[in-house]
Amino acid sequence: MGRLDTARLVRAIGRYGVLLALVVLILFGWLRYENFLGSYNVLSVLRYNSMFALVALGMCFVIITGGIDLSVGSTAALGSVVAALLSPYGVLPGLLGGLAAGFAVGAINAFVIIRLNILPFIATLATMLAASGCALLLANNQSVSVSYESGFTELGQGDFLGFPIPAWIGLVAYLAGSLVLNLTAFGRTVLAVGGNEDATRLMGLPTTRVKAAVYILSGALAGLAGVILAAQFGAGQPIEGVGWELFAIASVVVGGTLLTGGVGSVGSTLAGVLLLGLIFNILNFENGLGWISLSAYWQSVIRGALLLVVVAIQARLVARSDDVHA
Amino acid sequence: MTLLLSMREIDKRFAGVPALASASLEVEPGEVHALIGQNGAGKSTMIKILTGYYAKDAGEILFDGTPVEFSSPQEAQRSGISTIYQEINLVPYRSVTENICLGRERRRFGLLDWSAMHAEAQALLSRFNIHIDVRRSLMTYPTAIQQMVAIARAIGFEAKLVIMDEPTSSLDEKEVEVLFDVIRQLKAAGVSVIFVSHKLDELYAVCDRVTVMRDGRTVRVARMSELSKLDLVTAMLGRELSRVLHDEGAHHAQAASREALLTVEHLAVGRRVRDVSFDIRPGEIVGLAGLLGSGRTETARVVFGADRAEAGRVAFGDIAEPAAEPAEAIRAGMGFCSEDRKFEGIIPDMSVRENLTLALMPQLARRGVVDEARSREIVDRFIQRLGIRCAGPEQPIRELSGGNQQKVLLARWLCMNPRLLILDEPTRGIDVGAKAEILSLVRELAGQGLGVLMISSELEEVVEAASRIFVLRDGRSVAELDGDEVSEEAVMAAMAHGHEPVQEGADG
Repeated sequence: MGRLDTARLVRAIGRYGVLLALVVLILFGWLRYENFLGSYNVLSVLRYNSMFALVALGMCFVIITGGIDLSVGSTAALGSVVAALLSPYGVLPGLLGGLAAGFAVGAINAFVIIRLNILPFIATLATMLAASGCALLLANNQSVSVSYESGFTELGQGDFLGFPIPAWIGLVAYLAGSLVLNLTAFGRTVLAVGGNEDATRLMGLPTTRVKAAVYILSGALAGLAGVILAAQFGAGQPIEGVGWELFAIASVVVGGTLLTGGVGSVGSTLAGVLLLGLIFNILNFENGLGWISLSAYWQSVIRGALLLVVVAIQARLVARSDDVHA
Repeated sequence: MTLLLSMREIDKRFAGVPALASASLEVEPGEVHALIGQNGAGKSTMIKILTGYYAKDAGEILFDGTPVEFSSPQEAQRSGISTIYQEINLVPYRSVTENICLGRERRRFGLLDWSAMHAEAQALLSRFNIHIDVRRSLMTYPTAIQQMVAIARAIGFEAKLVIMDEPTSSLDEKEVEVLFDVIRQLKAAGVSVIFVSHKLDELYAVCDRVTVMRDGRTVRVARMSELSKLDLVTAMLGRELSRVLHDEGAHHAQAASREALLTVEHLAVGRRVRDVSFDIRPGEIVGLAGLLGSGRTETARVVFGADRAEAGRVAFGDIAEPAAEPAEAIRAGMGFCSEDRKFEGIIPDMSVRENLTLALMPQLARRGVVDEARSREIVDRFIQRLGIRCAGPEQPIRELSGGNQQKVLLARWLCMNPRLLILDEPTRGIDVGAKAEILSLVRELAGQGLGVLMISSELEEVVEAASRIFVLRDGRSVAELDGDEVSEEAVMAAMAHGHEPVQEGADG
C-alpha cells in the first residue's frame, strides 16, 4: 500500500498545492495589513479579478483538451467594444452583443483548428491579431463610452445581495464549469480528448464536436469578460486585454492543469486566478505601508517568478509520479 | 572467464516501494543473454539502472572489470553500452545517416563530412542486408527498417554490450531472421547482447543463457539448452502453469449460425489494402494473418470506420456501407482493440473505471449527466469477471501492467455488448499468464455468440484460437483456411506463395 499512498500524496500536492499557497498568502495579508480582509478590499479584488477568472475558465477547458487559446485578450477587448456600442439599447443587448462577438471568434478558432487542421497556437495567434484589429476599427481607435442611462454599468459596478455582480457571474460560471467537467459526458470527453485523442475517437466519442465546443466556450467567456470590462470602467476598451491570455494560461497552470492536456481542475484554476490576483493586491498594501515603494511593474516580475516556481515543482512531481509506476 | 557485466545485489525503491530487491545479472563476453520476466518483474528497472537512467539504491555494477555508475544513458553509451528500445527513439524528420551518426558526427576541417557519414551509414546497414537511400528522411521508411536503423546506430557506437528491449515486436518473421543474423554477427565479433523478449521461441533460437526475474529478484540463471520451455515459464510465473502450454488442441465447435455477421468484399484503401474479402459468422473466431505490411491492421481500421474505404463493401447489421466514423460502427455493435495500446487504447491519466466506461458513456449519461452509480456497478462486475488486478477502480490505468491494461480495454467493449469484436494484436507485450487468460476469455465469449476478428503476428496464437483464417498478402486476401486446413504450415505457405497451401512441395 505504501506505493499507492506515495502516489496519492504526490498527486494531492499537485492538486491542492495551489490552495495551500492561497491560504498562506491570505494569512500573510491578514496578519500584516489592517484592512486586508475588510469587505472593501475583498469585494474590490473579487470585482476586478472576475474578468480574469472568466477568461481563465475558458482557457482551462481548452488546455485540458491539449490546446491553447491566445486570442482571449483581444476577444475580451472586442467584446467590450461591441457591448459598449450596444449599451444604449439596454443591458441585454450589450450583454448578448459582447457574448456574440466572443462566440464568433471562438467559432472561427474552432473552424480553423479543426477543419483546416492548423495548430491551435498559430490559429489563435492569427485571430488574436484579427480580433484586436476589429476592436480598433469598431471603436475608431479610441475607447467607447457606455450608456449610463440603460443600467448597463450595473453588470460591472452593481451589487446583488451585497456581493459584486461580476463576482456572482464568475461564481456561477465556475460552479457550472466544475459540474460540467466532472459530471457530464461532455466534461469527461474533454478530459479524454486531452489524455489521448486517437483512443477517444476510436471509442466513438465526438472528439471534433468537443474540441469545437471548448474553443467556442473560451471565446464566449472572453466576450463575457469584455462585457464586464466595459461595464466596470464605463467604456469599451479596444486596447485592453493585452497579456490577458498569458495571465489566464498562468492561472490555469498554477492551478495544476497540465499544458500537455488530460489533467486539470476548474476549482484549482479559480484558486490560481485568486493567487495571482492577490499578489497584485498585496503589492498595493505593501506600497501603502510605506516601507518600500514598488511600482506596479513589479507585479509582473513576481507573477512570472511564481509561475516558474510552480511549473518547476510540477515538473518534479510529474517526474516522480512517473517513477512510481516505472 | 571474466565477466563483461556483473550487477550484484541491486536494490531500487521508488518512493519507498521496492522495485528491485538484491537483483543480479551477469553477462559473459560475446554471449547473447536473455532477460525475461513478467511485466513488473523488474527487467526494465534493471536495464535503466545499468544505463544510468535511474540511480541504484544499493549494490554494485562491474563493467569490463571496473566498477561503474553511469549518470546518464549517454555516459553509458560512451563506455560501450548501447540500448535499443521497443519504441524507436530516433528523429523521424532527419535522414537515415543523421540518425545513425547523431552525436558522433565526422568532421573535416571543422565541417561535417557528409560523404564519409553517408558511406558509414550505408556500410552499417549493408551488414543487415538493407540497401536504402540513407539521405532520405527516416520517417519515409517502414517501422522494421527504422528498427534496423536504430540497431545500426547502436552498433556504430562501437558497443561492447547491446541491450535490445523487445526488438522483434514490430518485425515480421523474415526481418526477425535478419535481426538474428545480426545478433550472431555481433556475437562473433565479441559483442555481448542482452535480449529482452516475451517470445519464448526467439529466446531459444538466439540466446545462450537466460536470467529470469520475478518480483524484483533474480530467480533463475541457466543455459538456455538446459531449461525447458515449461521450466522457463514456471520460473517466470512462480507457479505451475502447465495448463497454459498444454491447453491446446481442443477444436472449436463449429459456428452455430451459417449466416454471416460481417461481410467484407473487395475492400481497398491506399497502397496497403488493395482487394480484401472475408466474412465472419456469429460465435466464430476468424483470424486475419499476413506478414507485417500485408494490410491486416489497415483492413481492420477501415471495417471499424477509423479510416475511409476507397472501394469495396462492408456489410454489418444495418450497415451496408463502410462506416465513416468509429461511432457509427460502434452503434451497429462493433468493438475494436487497437494494436497500439499506449497511443490508441488507454488514456493514461484516467482511472481504470473511466477507461473502462468511456465508450459506454453516451449511454450512461442522462441529459448529459453521467450515471456514476451505474458506471461503478459495471466496472466492479468487469473487474471481477475478467480478473483485472488493480488496487481499485479509481487507480490510474498507467499504473497497471500491460496485461491488465489490455483486460480493461477488452472490458471497455464487452460492457457495450458488441456483436463483433476486432482484436488487433491482443496479446502484444503481455506476459504468458495474462496472454492465456485473455485468449481463453475470447474463446468463452465466442462460445456465447460473439464474432471475433483476430489479428496477431504470432502465428501460433492465431492458429490456436481461430476456426477460420484468411491470409493477406500485399493487401490482397489470398487464401481462406477452414477447419482441418488450419495449421501454421498452411498459413505460412499462403503468406509466402499467395494461394491455397501447397501439397507435395510443389511450387506454383
